[in-house]
Amino acid sequence: MPFALLKYGLKREYPAERHFPPQPELKSTYDVVIIGGGGHGLAAAYYLAKDYGITDVAVLDKGYLGGGNTARNTAIIRANYLTPEGVRFYAESIALFKELSQELDFNVLYSERGHLTLAHTDAAVRTSRWRAEVNKHLGVDSELIFPDQIRKLVPSLNLSEDVRYPILGALYHPPGAIARHDAVAWGYAAAAARRGVELHQKVEVTGVLRANGRALGVETTRGTVHCGRILQAVSGSSSLVAAMAGFRLPIHTVPLQACVSQPLKPFLDPIVVSGSLHTYISQSARGELVMGGETDPYGVYADRSTLEFKEGLIAHMLELFPFLAEIKVLRQWAGMVDMTPDFSPVMGKTPVENYYIDAGWGTWGFKATPVSGKRMAETIATGRVPELIERFRLGRFYEFKQIGERGAASVGH
Amino acid sequence: MKIMPCPLNGPRNISEFVCGGEVVIPPDPARCSAAEWADYVFMRDNVAGVVREWWYHVATAYWFIAERDTVTDEIIRTYPASELFSKRVVFTAPEEASEAGASEAGASGGKP
Repeated sequence: MPFALLKYGLKREYPAERHFPPQPELKSTYDVVIIGGGGHGLAAAYYLAKDYGITDVAVLDKGYLGGGNTARNTAIIRANYLTPEGVRFYAESIALFKELSQELDFNVLYSERGHLTLAHTDAAVRTSRWRAEVNKHLGVDSELIFPDQIRKLVPSLNLSEDVRYPILGALYHPPGAIARHDAVAWGYAAAAARRGVELHQKVEVTGVLRANGRALGVETTRGTVHCGRILQAVSGSSSLVAAMAGFRLPIHTVPLQACVSQPLKPFLDPIVVSGSLHTYISQSARGELVMGGETDPYGVYADRSTLEFKEGLIAHMLELFPFLAEIKVLRQWAGMVDMTPDFSPVMGKTPVENYYIDAGWGTWGFKATPVSGKRMAETIATGRVPELIERFRLGRFYEFKQIGERGAASVGH
Repeated sequence: MKIMPCPLNGPRNISEFVCGGEVVIPPDPARCSAAEWADYVFMRDNVAGVVREWWYHVATAYWFIAERDTVTDEIIRTYPASELFSKRVVFTAPEEASEAGASEAGASGGKP
């Protein structure tokens, strides 16, 4: 280390800033309590403070900030969905993501890579064209491309026809991006804390106080907290917390596993996804290959990793990138995901007055962090559900108006 | 490899099975409200703990019931569905619906 840098670092004029200000003791009353200190909860806290001046807000997390699914996703951001509801929603999220580092004064390492969804069958080619046309109609950049163009974007991809599932084409989505997922949570947390929001870690909500169909507050491991409004943002445990508030959700909790390889020199610019082969892969800023696949076949509330998952994933991955046979897996993990029957989130009001929900984030939650935070903050502050998220209401299931977002996860369901 | 003890086939690899979801007694479709039906179709208890579920062995087309712990990922007990369901469930369609169904089947030449 150069001596000058060491001297600079030790000078009293430039003291190290704390990332989060020291937090006061948990009070007994707040305007708004947010259950869940992941990206979505922290983003909602930030926009409540910034857009609506509501700063008497406590974010409660039973673990640590951004320690749940915010830290466990594969950090992919895109808007190439199939339904107009989904495309509009995620297009707004991308717009917010692009400006996020500036907005939060915190580098979230947003990196626009382009996103390729490979099609191995005629049916998949047709779906790709359908998605591309829906996207273009709504102003989102997507197009159907063929192997000659795919080769230019990903020279390392195996485009041979002599494989079990030859690549016939791909849905190319140039705005597809990755970002540092932890930084998104930390950036929102720091920016919210600067505006007076309180962040309380290791505070577990154990019950919801209710009377006459209204939420009055929460019971926690550090005492009772009364509040005007509550936001539940705990994807992975949504059914369990909703049960405390007295209602059920159309959610089934299953693990989603992922892994990263040892770091390699940069060779893979776009994010590559194959629905038929149930795999997706991208190269992180550190050079690690981030890989994931399908959710587990049955529901478990345990973030264990399994050999079966890795075998299935890698067998298909080697068909796309045969040279990865020489590469070692470095880390593996799993997150608990909220799967909904129509692959769309559950957002907005609930049967309990003053109790708002942000759940059902399946395999599509990280990329929605800014937009869900902003729109849930709007819902809580104004009491009105904005049109952008109105279709994601819990009540749609009672009206048999599911959304049917088959472009939700990049892999087959 | 995780092993599922099948009441018909004995211990088999869990990849041979499909989970059919929570054992829920359906409301009578002829008499329940739309909200009750939606509740049955979509809403789930999604318990973290011991659950009772339908499971299906694909190769032998055999449905049975398994009790397992969703937190520890342990299978506690499996047994034939006849332990819980001793009587055949008969769904009686409402009068007008059954008549419409019969005339449709008659028009298309299918068996009623």
